[in-house]
Amino acid sequence: MTAPATHESLPQRSRLSLPAFVDGSLLTLMAGAVILWFAPVGMGRYGTYVLSLWLVMSVAVMGLNLTLGYAGLKSLAQAAFMGLGAYTTAILTTKYGVSWYAAFALSGLLTFAVGLVLGFPALRVKAHYLAFVTLAFSTLIWLIMRNEQWLTGGVFGIANINRPEFFGIKLFGALEFHRFVVVVTFILAVVLWWMIRSPWGRAFTALRENPIRAASLGVDTRTYTLLAFAIGSAYAGFAGALYAPLVEFIDPSPFSLSQSFFLLLMVVAGGSGYLLGPFIGALLGVVLPEWLRFAGSLYLIIFATIVMLLLIACPQGVSGLLERGWAKVSGKTGAR
Amino acid sequence: MKRHWIIAAVLTAGLGLPALAQDKVKLVDVIELSGPGATSGTNWKSGVDLAVAEINAKGGILGKQIEIVHYDTQSNPGNTRAAVQRAIDEGTYAVLGPVFSGPIGASMQIAQRAEIAQIVGGEAAGLTKQGNQYLFRTSLSQTAAMPKIANYLKNTVKAGSVAVVWVNNDFGKGGRDAIIPELEKAGIKVAVDVATEQGQADFAADAIKIKNANADAVFVYLNEEESARFLRAAKQQGIAKPMIGETTLLGAKVIELAGEAANGVKGHVGLSIEAPIPAFQEFGKKFIAKFNYTPDHNGLKGYMAVYMVKWATEKQKKFDKKGVADTLRGATIKPSEEPGILMETTIEQNGDLDRESFLAEVINGKQVITSTLPKLKP
Amino acid sequence: MAEFIAYLIAGIATGAIYALAAIGFTLVWQTSQTINFAQGEFVMLPAVLVLLAIKLFGAPIWLGALIGIAAFILIFGVGFKLTVVDPMIKHGVLPLAIATMALSIIMKEGAKDGFSAEAQNFPSFVPSQTIQVFGASISLQHLAIIAVAFAVIGALQWFVGGTRLGRQMQATAQNPTVARILGIPVERMVLLTFVINAALAVVASVLISPIYLAKFSNGEVIGLFAFIAAIVGGFNQVRGALVGGLIVGIVDSMAAAYISTQYRLAVPLVLLVVVILLKPEGLMGRKEERRV
Repeated sequence: MTAPATHESLPQRSRLSLPAFVDGSLLTLMAGAVILWFAPVGMGRYGTYVLSLWLVMSVAVMGLNLTLGYAGLKSLAQAAFMGLGAYTTAILTTKYGVSWYAAFALSGLLTFAVGLVLGFPALRVKAHYLAFVTLAFSTLIWLIMRNEQWLTGGVFGIANINRPEFFGIKLFGALEFHRFVVVVTFILAVVLWWMIRSPWGRAFTALRENPIRAASLGVDTRTYTLLAFAIGSAYAGFAGALYAPLVEFIDPSPFSLSQSFFLLLMVVAGGSGYLLGPFIGALLGVVLPEWLRFAGSLYLIIFATIVMLLLIACPQGVSGLLERGWAKVSGKTGAR
Repeated sequence: MKRHWIIAAVLTAGLGLPALAQDKVKLVDVIELSGPGATSGTNWKSGVDLAVAEINAKGGILGKQIEIVHYDTQSNPGNTRAAVQRAIDEGTYAVLGPVFSGPIGASMQIAQRAEIAQIVGGEAAGLTKQGNQYLFRTSLSQTAAMPKIANYLKNTVKAGSVAVVWVNNDFGKGGRDAIIPELEKAGIKVAVDVATEQGQADFAADAIKIKNANADAVFVYLNEEESARFLRAAKQQGIAKPMIGETTLLGAKVIELAGEAANGVKGHVGLSIEAPIPAFQEFGKKFIAKFNYTPDHNGLKGYMAVYMVKWATEKQKKFDKKGVADTLRGATIKPSEEPGILMETTIEQNGDLDRESFLAEVINGKQVITSTLPKLKP
Repeated sequence: MAEFIAYLIAGIATGAIYALAAIGFTLVWQTSQTINFAQGEFVMLPAVLVLLAIKLFGAPIWLGALIGIAAFILIFGVGFKLTVVDPMIKHGVLPLAIATMALSIIMKEGAKDGFSAEAQNFPSFVPSQTIQVFGASISLQHLAIIAVAFAVIGALQWFVGGTRLGRQMQATAQNPTVARILGIPVERMVLLTFVINAALAVVASVLISPIYLAKFSNGEVIGLFAFIAAIVGGFNQVRGALVGGLIVGIVDSMAAAYISTQYRLAVPLVLLVVVILLKPEGLMGRKEERRV
């Protein structure tokens, strides 16, 4: 169903078959966008809000999927980057009257730049040191968000964040803003789809599969890993820029270290290295609690158990499972 | 194709429209059942459940049984907002909770827009300063409590300088920001101002810092377990100065956890099952019998929140959502009219409360009320 | 000066706790080249299980402790290895590391829903008296933790270097393929490491919980500091955990004293970044040769 990044446990996958898959996922994206445009009609503001929240989290997970699923880098700061984007947007729009669009672009740019600065020294040493450095960064950013009350509102957060306008149309209502989120998410997903299909994206994947071979084939390993991390972080910044006006209030709590862990689990649950995996992962993380409402606070245990079982049975996540199922139904063997 | 399936599933999940039974009134409690607020939230939820069970056993409100639903906010503002929105979409009669101020700040505009009363457990000063006509507290705000503490420090403890230790979350920071100006007004010097983390385990360094500041008294404004850990560390470092606190520090949980280290702690208590009012003690007994643990003030707050809704409905003699807020605003609820309110409570125009409160001391592992403070505007 | 010594002693006492928790990181790292993100929860849970056993069976403390500890070692020593590590290590170390994040959520939420959302007292096996050292107060509980941390690390060093079983374990950790050729029961050795890890978590839990109280969320703080300690000290050396733990404990105490209470947490993290940049293998660690 989606474009799988070749994974070490599935070495038999032929890269020549990629384009066919990729067009499928683009079509799915387009169909999904159309459905989501109309989906909330008659759904109430709450249902619409959850759908929008799902898409916003999907954007953050998409970025982490690029970092983890395509480039094989473990980042423990995705929620912190999301916070950076959310605070940038909130501060610029509420305190300085900057338009949301400019704030959105600046949020992405800032998180991209911070990603470069952070990734450069870490990746110089060894890939897994990125996890350590991002862990430290994640907590440091959280401390700044909480302590610098003059800028960020501290523990009391920033309230009354306005939603943007679209060529004079006010997007204050839940449905209008939801449609706006659908469009932005769609654009970001298509950009990522294009990026992964490009020679750039192939270099990412090659890198994860076998860094030594990639280097010997002339891929500039460090630049590409660094770029993958920075772009992945920028997506978190974009997600934050959407999150702030969606919730209309931010404080440091949704951007803590444990939220970064949670985002990683979403990537894996959805299927790391699959273009549409993030949507499934975020669905499990954001919408699952709604389905498991009878279970109360047990939903976290259920979610984590699902992730564990997936990792044991099928490390490619739900996307991998679906792909296996599809292969069976269509009579094709795993070699496809 | 598979995506269609997913979307269909989302649709069905999101659309779950409730069937409104004629003989029931739906109340939604939006509360911290996981995350850092779980302790406070669990107490609040139990208090709500106790009140609902009592009211339903006695025939409900105006003959209608209460149908209570609890939604977990995960102590997260975004989820709280979603849960309040959901409660309103599902036709809740009033919104109960949450307790943490950040999540209240994130969700209060939604109830306001829908013109539905939201009865919360938050104590942060800022909440009622935003002109929201639909937000109501269940306890004194920090702005109301802190002057009483400053007074107490000045007149009873006769402290010339005070060390302040607070937990760096919205509760602690709000309290700290409220007490510092009051101390200045009372001419008390702040010897040292120590921030601590939520969930902090080790308080040795903080205790040493406070010991070295050599103030006349220590004002402790931390959550329950952190209070207990701090009191133990302070005892270990041999701090002999009076420990002064507000409600939490003198709570049952802190006394249980800190053991001997809690003895001698003094301060102001807004709500307590130890208060010398039979209704409070009765509540404590019922609560322990039902849930098998000693409630803190959040248990009392949740209990009162339900009775505030009941009182307002019976007062207006109909189920009018907007009317609940209109009736509560500016009202004085007396225990003679509604025993569930436990003590006379005046609701001010902005949603703040005015009621009697207590000065207390921990003696031999028990909270003892030493005197009762009158209402601010009797 | 007396003030400085007081902070120093408080830092060492706290650091010993972090060291005890950090040993587990280094053990798991050596055998499976992965980070156990549930390490903090490993230290949180034994105390909760002990209290749960006392509550469920109405057992006396010693019996409750026995049941709780045995259950923990069985589930999180043997069970963890067989049901989480074994099936997942095939897929590489990344899925395993992520699985431990999921495990930490399960342990934390399980302790909350299955036991209590509130902190509980935990009985101490050491009297809670305080003694004066160079004019600073330190409790016997803290002294016991310091003594145990040193003793455990000494014993582990001796076990690994001085016994046949220990050398086999060490060989397995360094190169499983060669160890297997040499006739070492590699599987059993790896299992042994995980059992030792669980047993150490129990020791840490029983010593720490009387001071920190037993609560489901305690693992977050302990895990984070132990993690920093392991990186600073060196992930591939058991004694790195001791050095790292003590350094982080002292730095944390000094930060609260002399830098800023609001940014206290930042100081050990900055230390971590500095160590990664200057000596990535950690202060006590040895450079890792690339494994193919």
